[in-house]
Amino acid sequence: MRQLLEALSSLRGVSGFEYRITDKVLEYFKPYADEVYTDTLNNVIAVKRCGIKNAPSIMIEAHMDEIGLMVTSIDEDGFLSFVNIGGIDTSILPGCEVIVHGKKDFPGVIGAKPPHLQSRNEADKRVKMKDMRIDLGFLGESASELVSVGDAVTLCGEFTPLLGTIVSAKTMDDRASVAALVKTFEALSHIKTEVDVYAVLAVCEEVGSRGAKTAGFSIKPDMAIAVDVTHGITPDNSKNAFELGSGTAISKGPNIHPAMSKRLIDTAKRANIKYTVEVEGGDTGTDAWELQVAGVGVPTALLSIPLRYMHTTVETLDINDVYATSDLLTHFIAGLDSDLEGWLCI
Amino acid sequence: MYLKELCEMDGVSGNETPVRKFIKENIREYADEIFTDSIGNLIAKRKGESSEKKVMIDAHTDEVGFIISGITEKGFLEFKTVGGIDTRVVVSKRVRIGKDSVNGVIGMKAIHLQKKSEREIAPKISDMYIDIGANSKEEAERYIELGDYAAFNTKYQEMSGKIIKAKAIDDRAGCAVLMELIKIKPVYDTYFCFTAQEEVGLRGAKTAAYAIEPDIALAVEATTCSDVGGVKEKDYVTKLGSGAAVSFADNRTIVGRDFCQWLYEKSQKAKIPVQYKAAIAGGNNAGAIHLSKKGVKTASVSVPCRYIHSPCSIADMGDIEAVKNVAELFLLCTNELV
Repeated sequence: MRQLLEALSSLRGVSGFEYRITDKVLEYFKPYADEVYTDTLNNVIAVKRCGIKNAPSIMIEAHMDEIGLMVTSIDEDGFLSFVNIGGIDTSILPGCEVIVHGKKDFPGVIGAKPPHLQSRNEADKRVKMKDMRIDLGFLGESASELVSVGDAVTLCGEFTPLLGTIVSAKTMDDRASVAALVKTFEALSHIKTEVDVYAVLAVCEEVGSRGAKTAGFSIKPDMAIAVDVTHGITPDNSKNAFELGSGTAISKGPNIHPAMSKRLIDTAKRANIKYTVEVEGGDTGTDAWELQVAGVGVPTALLSIPLRYMHTTVETLDINDVYATSDLLTHFIAGLDSDLEGWLCI
Repeated sequence: MYLKELCEMDGVSGNETPVRKFIKENIREYADEIFTDSIGNLIAKRKGESSEKKVMIDAHTDEVGFIISGITEKGFLEFKTVGGIDTRVVVSKRVRIGKDSVNGVIGMKAIHLQKKSEREIAPKISDMYIDIGANSKEEAERYIELGDYAAFNTKYQEMSGKIIKAKAIDDRAGCAVLMELIKIKPVYDTYFCFTAQEEVGLRGAKTAAYAIEPDIALAVEATTCSDVGGVKEKDYVTKLGSGAAVSFADNRTIVGRDFCQWLYEKSQKAKIPVQYKAAIAGGNNAGAIHLSKKGVKTASVSVPCRYIHSPCSIADMGDIEAVKNVAELFLLCTNELV
């Protein structure tokens, strides 16, 4: 799992630029799937058929895109201005190492006006994105030949093992969930199921759950479970947050089909899998929100992995929570029979 | 040059030991005498053609960083800064802590959880903590002691052409230059001083200069370079790729006119790229050395360094080479100055 998390978190695919990583993501599912393909928007889809004719289907879903930046202009000295793609905390950017995906991948550093040129009240404020530049160290070379406006930029955040089973890296949101799906497919390859299973690795979650919307429409699953991350408890916040190591968080609320959350909880109890319950009064801020209303609607649930420092380059989680998530998905799917109608009826 | 090795080492002010040991191992064979003093300066004497005068050449071994000041019940580490760090470059960076180099990350409340007003203001060090993945104070205490130092964990990397990025180029670039220069025979007996605690107030250089009593001194440094987008040209201080930066004055020293002109003109004649540091900003060990005892004729020559005191600085190997060449001229022609 460590190697899988390291490999997946180091892939670089900003929302809209997932084509850079679809081939690699596909490879992880290939050994366990009957079919793998990408759709119009570049969602990666892996199918594991149970062999029963007209069997019901379940979709398990995680997004593969990541937050990042996009080049908006290149000045004559080769410094790049940029905007964000997805919700980035600008306070993490000064001093941040990046990769600019131009003609090739160029390492860069985000600089800002040095302290001695700042006025006193400037130093108390956050640096605004419009005042930051990416420095590629081009001297006298024409940056505009190597980098174009519209090129994607990813943040650097090397996989870093902390104590025990805690690890930190960029893009654990949501590659940790992609890892959970890989592990689920791997486990399911040893199990006879009575449902067809679709794993969807969706694009463009960070800019509004766009991939989930179209994948939900075209696959038309009988039910869906989205997997994402949720906030871990930190010294400055314990509300709506979960301890690392507390297991997978099973969501409840209007976004979630109540029979599914109940069955997930029952399954976790029976299989002795660590879990907590997360309650959201409306939009869960995940792909579950779009999946629920895809096409004629899909009974939807949400599992979340607790993660500290979301949307930074040091997203930190407990590997055991990723295991808990894939274990619960596996047990849940293994326990389904071909008659879904009965228990899904509300 | 040992720049990569030096820049990937941790040596926050007050804990320069790994850097000092590495330097000592690698210059021992060239030194006629070598010793470490009580504050942690490494001083290597290289005999010159003549012992008539004493020359001091200085680079500091320390870097800016953090010190652990508390451990919360849940096992998060509270910390203070060591040296001048712009607190705005700290969040979401990786550090190594203590003698066992425990991995940590600097965290803060996620953007989703910050109030609108919080999103405007610069994060304070007191709002941040280091996360080592401990699940309790007890677990953290098995790995961390109060007073342990933490340093940025940044890899040295080549960028485009001769441009490199790394942490602690200030002043491991100076250390790398001195490690090369000790191989040549200087005109006078020369003390190569790898000094401690520059970043917290030029402290190592003060005791080193006192002990050596040099007739003349040169600080080999890294200095601000702000030739970056969004800054007016008059505020550049130095320009990357334009050569060694000779200071005429900074906040701690007004360099003797003759000395800084000699450095500049001599370098130009020797076709070494050289520029003046065009701002009275910052300060370096020249400030401590020139006020030692009855006073010491002192100048400084620096490597222009973008994003100095941050987790990731940028410098030009051509500029570092130029600084080496200027310092070499100084060591070979000191007789023209004293």
